[in-house]
Amino acid sequence: MSAERHEYDVIVLGTGGSGLRAAIAAAEAGARTAVVCKCLLGKAHTVMAEGGVAASLGNVDPADGWETHFQDTMFGGKYLNNWRMAELHAREAPDRVQELERWGAVFDRTPERKMSQRAFGGHTYRRLVHIGDRTGLELIRTLQDKAVHSGIDVFMETIVTRLVKDGDRVTGMFGYHYATGAQVAFACRSLVLATGGGGRIWRVTSNSQDCTADGHALAYEAGADMVDMEFVQFHPTGMVWPPGVAGLLVTEAVRGEGGILRNSEGERFMERYDPKRMELSTRDVVARSIYTEVKEGRGSPHGGVFLDVSHLDPAYVKMRLPSMYDQFYELAGVDITKGPMEIGPTCHYFMGGIRVDAETGQTIVPGLFATGECSGGMNGANRLGGNSLSDLLVFGRRAGTSAAQAASDAPAPRLPEAELALAAAELGGFLTGDGLTGPAEDPYRLHRELQTVMGDGVGIFRDEAGLETAIGRLHELEARAANLRAPSARLDYNPGWRLCREVRNMITVSLQIARAALMRAESRGAHSRLDHPRYDDYWSEHNILICGDGGEMTLEARPVVTSDELTELVEARQEAERV
Amino acid sequence: MTTQAASTPPAARRTGTPPLGATMRRDRWWLQPVLIATGLTLFGIYSIVVAALNTDYDYLKGGARYLSPFYSPDLRSLFGLHIPFTYAFFVIWAPLGLRTTCYYYRKAYYRSFFLMPPACAVAGRPRAAGRYTGESRLPFILQNVHRFFFYFATIVLGFLWYDAIRAFFYHTPTGTRFGIGLGGVVMVVNVVLLSAFTFGCNSFRHLIGGRLDCFTCSASARARHGAWKKVSVLNGHHQLYAWLSLISVGVTDLYIRLACAGVFTDPHHIF
Amino acid sequence: MSTDGAQTPIADQTGEATTRTLHIWRGDLTDGGLVEFEVETAPGMVVLDAVLEVQRSQAPDLAVRWNCKAAKCGSCSAEVNGRPSLMCKTRLDHLPEGEPITVEPLHAFPVIRDLVTDVSWNYEVNKKIAPFTPKPDADWLIGQEDADRMSEFRKCIECFMCQDVCHILRNHRMHDRYFGPRFLIRLASLEMHPLDDLDRIDQISGEAGIALCNITKCCTEVCPEGIHITDNAIIPLKERVVDRRFDPLFRLLHRRPR
Repeated sequence: MSAERHEYDVIVLGTGGSGLRAAIAAAEAGARTAVVCKCLLGKAHTVMAEGGVAASLGNVDPADGWETHFQDTMFGGKYLNNWRMAELHAREAPDRVQELERWGAVFDRTPERKMSQRAFGGHTYRRLVHIGDRTGLELIRTLQDKAVHSGIDVFMETIVTRLVKDGDRVTGMFGYHYATGAQVAFACRSLVLATGGGGRIWRVTSNSQDCTADGHALAYEAGADMVDMEFVQFHPTGMVWPPGVAGLLVTEAVRGEGGILRNSEGERFMERYDPKRMELSTRDVVARSIYTEVKEGRGSPHGGVFLDVSHLDPAYVKMRLPSMYDQFYELAGVDITKGPMEIGPTCHYFMGGIRVDAETGQTIVPGLFATGECSGGMNGANRLGGNSLSDLLVFGRRAGTSAAQAASDAPAPRLPEAELALAAAELGGFLTGDGLTGPAEDPYRLHRELQTVMGDGVGIFRDEAGLETAIGRLHELEARAANLRAPSARLDYNPGWRLCREVRNMITVSLQIARAALMRAESRGAHSRLDHPRYDDYWSEHNILICGDGGEMTLEARPVVTSDELTELVEARQEAERV
Repeated sequence: MTTQAASTPPAARRTGTPPLGATMRRDRWWLQPVLIATGLTLFGIYSIVVAALNTDYDYLKGGARYLSPFYSPDLRSLFGLHIPFTYAFFVIWAPLGLRTTCYYYRKAYYRSFFLMPPACAVAGRPRAAGRYTGESRLPFILQNVHRFFFYFATIVLGFLWYDAIRAFFYHTPTGTRFGIGLGGVVMVVNVVLLSAFTFGCNSFRHLIGGRLDCFTCSASARARHGAWKKVSVLNGHHQLYAWLSLISVGVTDLYIRLACAGVFTDPHHIF
Repeated sequence: MSTDGAQTPIADQTGEATTRTLHIWRGDLTDGGLVEFEVETAPGMVVLDAVLEVQRSQAPDLAVRWNCKAAKCGSCSAEVNGRPSLMCKTRLDHLPEGEPITVEPLHAFPVIRDLVTDVSWNYEVNKKIAPFTPKPDADWLIGQEDADRMSEFRKCIECFMCQDVCHILRNHRMHDRYFGPRFLIRLASLEMHPLDDLDRIDQISGEAGIALCNITKCCTEVCPEGIHITDNAIIPLKERVVDRRFDPLFRLLHRRPR
């Protein structure tokens, strides 16, 4: 049995923005706090965020206020958002951003020496607080340094494979140190999941390798329910060539600065899809347009379309888009001031996730909280750019504070030996092959097959037949995943071993996505059904909840969480859109 | 799959001191230190010889006056000194000191003369553990006086500007007249390059504005930030100007020296 | 293309399949050496692609640390052909053809296994640096010019290649007396913050050991973010130390009320 054990009041799993923010809040509330992460501190996927943090400070556009931010978020989410979450987010984002500055974050400034704010798709006003094109890095470095001096213990390169329950309460988790393979058990009064998304389910993704939907799967297995899983955002512009970097994000700012999308016939095709907003249409529309062009045979040599800034002044391009210039020059050998980029949609963000209480981040499982991308509800059917960084600050803090409060009332955590033994057996089985019922399955291969299935059937466009096929194949993969075995039996730094559990997580979550996508018989936001191309009245007021307690995955449509106080704001916006 | 020997045994590579030059680099990393050592040595020898010669540094023909940068300011006429030996050493300590303690030259000679290290990711001179002291002990702690050399070198630079401008005024029987000679042009180019080097100095960059914590908190801070930005541009090319000005000083001296010796006649036109 | 294009086999992209030889350092603290692998290359392949291909097909237990594969997280630092490099940013076709490519772990830190080193020392150093401490009367107005100066240092992705290449850590192994370039730029970003209230010069000249730096600029040469570590952080800090310790004239002129 595992020798190493740790006990804390609050443990946060994940050290991206929301995890660090939650840990800081928990520590400030007086809880003994630890964070546990797969990577090194400060290397989580949040570092990739470029554009900025959305907060209605009104530094540039004084007319801005939380009400407009709320309305924008609701409109962007096609009114499937949890209203209360969208409200809290809009109300509290300005405070959270100012707080960051007090902790040492440095943002770009206005001539009045206040924080500058930039425009972004879907935001009525200039709202995104930013620093160059590396806002995520600034955010994570600030939180990291704050956390380091908040008395928080950090467990780096520690892989968690199971949540441990005592009765119906989550009391800890089980995992191992990646560097040594030594097992470790954590006991805690409150556990906060902040594990991010699962873009690695698709082959072409902008996500880091760590983004394998671990938190989604762990919480689901522990009895939490999921919401909005069918909504996966595909960013319209990712690199398509060379193959090694396929999916790597090409920032929206390229189009913002005047980049033009063209197909292989040289046609500016956005004229046909959204003549008003053209390249600056919303992400879902641009992604679908590009996909359609390629599907109909007007794609670029490597299966994308062309994004061109070569008509702009080269010096201007290098000044405004320095990292894009470098990225294409270094990795693709393309000088974007001279020739077009080849780009295509790339899996970017999970709107859906673990269902949580808006105020506290509490899941339906006692002792278990979730925040950030792994939680759902805030973004509805489509997320606006800039809202993810503010989301993780607002709800990270709320989850951390609530987890600390809950911890003070919670009983001393107990880790039932039977549960730990179960977890250890699963983990050990990946290495030794004990308990396998068929031929051993290679995790790398299964991962690739999963990516194929999801790419074929659960991509940007979906239809009933494709989804049903995908679900059937996912069930096959799920069965085969019972026989996953690492290709090497080493304990220390064994990537195949780690991938075994990650592949299982991804298959579980893929099934949730595919089944929710099948159930939602309409097209809305990031979810596009070829066989149901329009909005549906029933679905415009319902979220899909997924529950797996007891083993069987069940789906249920439930009315959107609304709020009487906000009806006026929402209706005003709906009215304005109709006009 | 074959196992090869690593460049050095892993134990030594992790804990002990690798031998001089140990690296896995395969490019010609040694070329730069060799070139720099050669260049600095040649200039060093040239300047000592020139300063010791005490001849052919003051060109006075056809009404022109070209003074070698090694001998400026002319201490003899300035203070009425009558010494039988060279006074150049009383002058060149300031610019030489500026260069010796200059952050760029420090990099250059720490690498190429002291081999600490000779190039990036190449092992330097092995030393007993803990004996490396960098610039925290004598002699290199003296590098911290860099800014004082800057002050003195600026004074010398002022005289060089005076010399360069004076080179365009010819003493003729009809009085002082404006003229352009090749020697004057050489002297102007030299003093421009020397200025670009001197005012790109890291210490100057610090003093003019870099030492402020806030660039925007007052009108004077904003003005100093503007100056800092300009100095930063020069500082960004500090290495370039360090070499160009080094060469131009040598070329200027050589030009005047050869002209004095009558090897050629300075082409000029008096207006 | 996001969904269908994913299935296009890599070799089909151009049809030209060539192989490259990699010499990857394998081992741990006790023993190790370079091991030769052959990898089929694809266009635009970077060193990390090649190493992962080795891991996938030939050496499943090859230890390598990576995450974003976009030169933004700073996890995959290694020494490629003897130069500290981000593996995800180093293209195979930019390395001399016809020669094997050597890939080694960072030298300045203890190796855990293969290409993975124990960089925890860096996190310990970071803890010694007092956090940003705002002035009590701060008005929170900061100019873009000030933001620009600090922002350069805050671009750091903590790949620790500057620490690796610095001979004070790499060769002299003075980890106990020197913070290294990464944390000197961190100190610079705080020391030059218009609203930071702490006096950091004592730490900079004391335990951070700035006087050990002999400004050979290797840190600047390897920085993947192009931060002018030496010219914009270390030298200005050295000059601030001179103000305090070596310049009586300056102290006379700028006596600060305490």
